[in-house]
Formats: sequence, structure tokens, C-alpha cells
Amino acid sequence: MLRGVILALTMVLAAPLLAPLFAGPAHAVLPDEVLDDPVLEARAREITKDLRCVVCRNENVDSSDADVARDIRLMVRERLVAGDSDEEAIQYMVDRFGEFILLNPRASGSNLVLWLAAPFLLLAGLGIAIMALRQRRAANAPLTAEEELRLRQILED
Amino acid sequence: MIVELGHFALILAFMVAILQTIVPLVGAHKNWTDWMAAANPLATLQFVLIALSFGALTYAFVVSDFSVALVVNNSHSLKPLLYKITGVWGNHEGSLLMWIMILALFGACAAWFGGNLPATLQARVLGVQGSVGVAFIAFTLFTSNPFLRSEVPPFNGGDLNPLLQDPGLALHPPFLYLGYVGLSMAFSFAVAALIEGKVDAAWGRWVRPWTLAAWVFLTIGIGLGSWWAYYELGWGGFWFWDPVENASFMPWLFATALLHSAIVVEKRETLKAWTILLAITGFGFSLMGTFIVRSGLLTSVHAFAADPERGIFLLLIFAVFIGGSLTLFAMRSGALEAKGVFGLVSRESALVLNNILLAVGALVVFVGTMWPLLSELAFGRVLSVGPPFFDASFTPFWVALLVLLPVGAILPWKRGNVGRALRSLSGVIVLAVALGALTWTLQTGESIIAPIGAVLGIWLFFGALADLWMRTGRQSIGHRLRRLTRLPRADWGKAVSHGGLGVTAFAVSVLLGWSSEDIRVAQIGESFLHEGYTLTLTDVRREQGPNYFTDMAIIDVSREGEFVAQMTTEKRVYPAAGMPTTEAGIDSSFWRDIYIALGDPQDDGGWVLRTYVKPLAGWLWGGLLMMAFGGLISLSDRRYRIAAGARKAPPATAPAE
Repeated sequence: MLRGVILALTMVLAAPLLAPLFAGPAHAVLPDEVLDDPVLEARAREITKDLRCVVCRNENVDSSDADVARDIRLMVRERLVAGDSDEEAIQYMVDRFGEFILLNPRASGSNLVLWLAAPFLLLAGLGIAIMALRQRRAANAPLTAEEELRLRQILED
Repeated sequence: MIVELGHFALILAFMVAILQTIVPLVGAHKNWTDWMAAANPLATLQFVLIALSFGALTYAFVVSDFSVALVVNNSHSLKPLLYKITGVWGNHEGSLLMWIMILALFGACAAWFGGNLPATLQARVLGVQGSVGVAFIAFTLFTSNPFLRSEVPPFNGGDLNPLLQDPGLALHPPFLYLGYVGLSMAFSFAVAALIEGKVDAAWGRWVRPWTLAAWVFLTIGIGLGSWWAYYELGWGGFWFWDPVENASFMPWLFATALLHSAIVVEKRETLKAWTILLAITGFGFSLMGTFIVRSGLLTSVHAFAADPERGIFLLLIFAVFIGGSLTLFAMRSGALEAKGVFGLVSRESALVLNNILLAVGALVVFVGTMWPLLSELAFGRVLSVGPPFFDASFTPFWVALLVLLPVGAILPWKRGNVGRALRSLSGVIVLAVALGALTWTLQTGESIIAPIGAVLGIWLFFGALADLWMRTGRQSIGHRLRRLTRLPRADWGKAVSHGGLGVTAFAVSVLLGWSSEDIRVAQIGESFLHEGYTLTLTDVRREQGPNYFTDMAIIDVSREGEFVAQMTTEKRVYPAAGMPTTEAGIDSSFWRDIYIALGDPQDDGGWVLRTYVKPLAGWLWGGLLMMAFGGLISLSDRRYRIAAGARKAPPATAPAE
């Protein structure tokens, strides 16, 4: 029964996945910015998604309507057309606008604190919990084998 | 006149809140029953006064009283009535007034419905709640008074931020505040329990419904905010890891953790100190959220105003309440004895793990949110921390939580067996992995998030179903179905909420994996094809709304010759505020949203159109609603209504625990 239900629901859920879905060609944010080479264009979009629109509150260059965002989008594309690698194009932007432009902070120097926070805090949390549980188990120590035997005897009587 | 009455009522409420803090706390300390009994009418009075004050401010907005400075800055006589009313809380001062009104409302609820609490506990809860009221009413009166008059009233106002003139955002703050402030109840209960020096199963049972209610509101509030961002910001994103979003997400994570650990206190009388700590930090992060939003400390799309004086006042409130309660915690938590013992593999341990993941996840979000500030202050390094960091750091916590959830949910209390739990979920595992593999093969070259997320979503959804099914015993199907209808509401609530999380996880991963976009310049009359849909830009009209101008594009959508929908998408300009907004056209169906945003006109007469097809978009918010609805079902469980003397036997339908 349960399996039947699961199977039926699977079919329902799987229907949209089975529909043939093809991603269209990549387009730039404004049609006139688009590069002719789809590979370069795709790279440009990935890069600009991780760049901050420096005058906006909290928006990336790829989705922002601001003029400076458009300028940055065009600049990135220029660099890529000129043959820059992704890193070189990003570095070019950092040289001009500072590290502030990177939405993906670099994992170097003081930023290591930021990037290592998650694993460190998780390990600390798990460690504290395990210690606390151990302590509690020690305080409420389970019955020793001898005690358990005696308990069983009492219960059986 | 009415404005002055409102101002006066607020000042009176301040006095009442001071009394509500001192009288019951002293009464409870000295065991004077009449002093303790004063707490109830005081809490009611405080709420009534603040509600009057709020009503007076609303009146000023409705009649466009431009002698009030706040109305001048945030309203306009041409604005539709709905947005005149919602404009009351669409600004710093008014939203703060709403904050304290909700705070007083929760206090009053504890007075009205807390009849079965022990007298001293109720008095202390109301006293602590009153003290939070004192702090925030003082903040309102001294730094953010909404009732100040403007010296020379202008003929018209500066209008509400057009982004906020929207039904979704009109309701977003009230829900969010009900959630934030609802956590103040858990905080008050925690501090009261620390003063009493006693936490027992009954305490857990009293705290849970308040936390649950706050969590439901917070979930809906966050959902509304995300939905608003989806249709209003013009490209269909739903979560941006904006500091203000994080400010609401962190309390949500803590509230979720608290919700689960309070269950352990109620059922097993253990994890008491931890639960108290969570209640304090949960509210602490609510305050921190208010501080982040209001101080302008972190730049964000939502921040109303950067004002250092307010920031310092809020920081002071934060330091006093959180510092004070943590000190109290350090002094008293030793007295909270744990009773229940549990094995390393048990429902309790699973919930501990849930708590660690949620709490650490929240702390990671906190570190990421504050890092730009810290880095600049400590290292002189000006930088941004954006979505790529949060995606990379937080996603593993989601994955771990979702993987563990269905197993933890069916583990028995005290001592369990992972192997047995996994065996009873084997059908679900097979199903989830199979569908994940299918997803993997269907998508080519996309990110790995989509298949993993799909597996987890399915695992969660059917895990929740299996959890319910397993509770019905081992008899005939008919018998089990009958029992299914008679399961405690709390069990249904749990399954619906967990299932909802699964639906949301599934939708997010499908959405990330398969959204497609098309950006082009279209001439009027031009047709184009996207994802099998034929879209025709039939017209772009210039129209006038009550307080805005709009360019409205009409787009006919058809599929294989069959008419699908006529969609409109707008670009509005609000002259009074001098701001443009996009009103995306969205055609929602069960399987997908078609989403069209209108861009700028081009020199050749064409218009920029951005068209997206977003599969399962509606499911994302549907799942969030399911989660909130599950909370409501749980809240209606009769165990809370009869609330109860400390240790009644559990209802007969519940399995022996």
C-alpha cells in the first residue's frame, strides 16, 4: 500500500523532470551587451554575478540596472575578449574598485577567519555536545553488569 | 488633537510598563499575592494604551494630517487608502510603535490566557515582559517619536517608498514583528524560570506554544518578504543573503532550534539549561536584527535610516537585556537539574544534533553578516561578503539537517537504533536516490545542487509521510487509516511542517537547476519563442495610476497554437518619491511560472524584455506555507489548550514514551 502510494506520487513528481527541458542560449543583461561568442558570454555572466554593483545597496552587477553596473559588465567583457583569464579579469576589477567589489571574499589573510568559521564552529559545537553528554552519562552512570544481574533477579522473583 | 491623545497614551503606557516591571517582580519575590495579581490588569492596560496610540497615528495617516512630520515624510494625499494605512509601519518610527504594540499584545495574552500558570511564574513573566516594554517605549519616545509635529505643514507629503507600496510588503512587517517579538515571550519565560530557579516539564509545555506561534509568524513573514523580492525586484530571485534578510533568518534558525529543544524539556525533562540559553539567544538575535536594520550599520536595501544615536541606544538595550540575562544564566543554570537520561542514539540526541546544526548555522550567518564591519575595523580591509560565501558556508548545514531529519524524527526516545530506523525508511531512500539519479541524467552540465536538493526534498517529504504511517501501528490498512485520522494534532503538525520543508527544498533545487532566461529587444507586434512558449508583445501603453505613471506592456502567450495567457508587465514611476519600480508580469501555474520584466525603451522603438520560465516556483512558497500551517495544526493540539497541571498522563493515543 505505502509503496503503491509512493510509486504513484513518484510518477506525479517525476512528470516535470521528464519533460524535455533545454536551457536556451545565454544572454547578457541587456541585449546590446551580449558577446557573439557564447562561451565567453557565459564566462562573463558567471564573473559578473559575483561582482558587487559598487553604488547599489546589495546587488550584483549582473542584475543591477545602475549605469556603473553596465560599465562594469562591458569592462569585463572587454577584458575577456582581449584574452584575459577569469582570474585576470577579476583582478583587473579589484585593482580599479578595491576588494569591496568581490561578493565572494577571498580566502586569504584575515579572511581565513571568515572562511574557517563554519568548520571550526561546527567542530566546537559537536565537541562541546559530546563532552556534555559524556559528563551526563558519567553522572548518571548506567548500571554495572553486576547491578543489572541483581536487578534481573529481583524482577524475576 | 487626536495625535496629541495618541502621544499622551504612549507616555502613559510608558508609566504603566514601569509599574508592570516593578510591582509583579517585587510581589513574586516577597510572595505578596495582591502585588503579583496587579500584573494582569497592568499588562492589559499597557496594551490598550499602546493600541490607542497606534490608532491615533493610523488616523493621522488616513486623513493625511501633514502637520505630523512622519506623515509628511511617508505619505501623500493621492496614495490609495490601503497604502496610507500600511505607510504607518513603512518607516522607522511607525514600525517601532507597531513593535511595542505587538510586544504589549503578547504580554496581555500571557495575562489573559496564562491563568493556569503558577502565580509567581506568571508574575515574573509579565514583569520581564514589562521591562522589555519599558526599554522600547523609552527608545520610541526619546529617539524615534512618531508624533512630532512639523513646524510649517506642507500641502502634500513626500510619499511612501514606492517599493513598499505593495500588498506583499504591506503584510510582511506585521508578520515579521509578530515573530521577532513573539520570541520575547520565550525570553521572558526563560528569565522568569531562571529567577524561580526551576524548569520542569510544565515549563516546557508553556513555552512551546508561544515559541511555535512566534515561529509560524516568522516563517510567514520571511516567506512574504521572499515572495515580494521575487516579483518586485524584476529578475525573480528569492533570497539574496542581504544583511536584513539574515537578520530575520538568524532568529528563525534559533526559534526552530528552540522549538525542538523545548520538546525535549517537555517530554524528557532534560536539556533544560540549553533550552533556556536558546530562548535568550533567540530573542537576542531578534534584538540584534532590529539593531542591524535600524542603525544603518550594514548597508542594505531595507534599511530605513542610518542614525548613530539610535544605534547606540539600541546597542545599550541589547547589552542590558542579553548581558543581564546571560549573567543570570551563568549564576543559576547550575541549579537546573536534568532528569531524563538518554543514549547516544536516541530522539534526544537527534534533537541535540538538530540544535547544533541550526545554532552553528545561525552563527556562521552571523559571522558572514558582520564580517565586512569587523574586517574594516580590525584589519582596515574594506570588503563585501555576498551570496557566494553564504551559499558555500550554509548549504552544507542544510544538507546535513535534511539528511538527518527523517531518521531523527522516527528514532524512539531514550535509546534507538539507526539501522532499524533506516530499514523502516528503506522505501523512501530508494525512491529519493532513484529520482535524484533521474534528475542527474536529465540535467547536463548544470550544478550538482539540483540533483542533491531533489533527493533531499523527496527524502524529507516521504520521510514525513512514512513517519505518520509508522505511528498507526501494525494492523490492517483500514484500521491504520482510521488511526491516522485520530493521531494527535502535534504529530500531524510535525509531518506537515517537515513535508513542507521537503517541498521547499525540492522546489529550490529544481528552480536553481532549470530556470531559463531570455533577454532581448522586442518590437511591438514581434513574436518570439522561449521554452516552447510563443510570446507576442502586442502593445506598450502609457497609463496613469492614482499616484504613479506606468508603461504597461501587453504580452500574449501561447503554446503550440493554444492560448495560454495574456500577461501585463509594468515599469512604474512615482513622481512624488521620484523612484521607478518594476511590476513583473507573472503567469503562475502548478508546474511553472512565466515571468516577464519590462526594461527600457530602445532608440529603434523596441523594448527590452526579460523572460524567465521558472519551474515549480509556486512550490517554494507553497512549502513555506505548509511549514507554517503545520505549526498551526500543532498549536491547535488539545494538549496546549488544556495546558495543564504539571504532569498529567499523555493522551491515550500517544504511544508510550
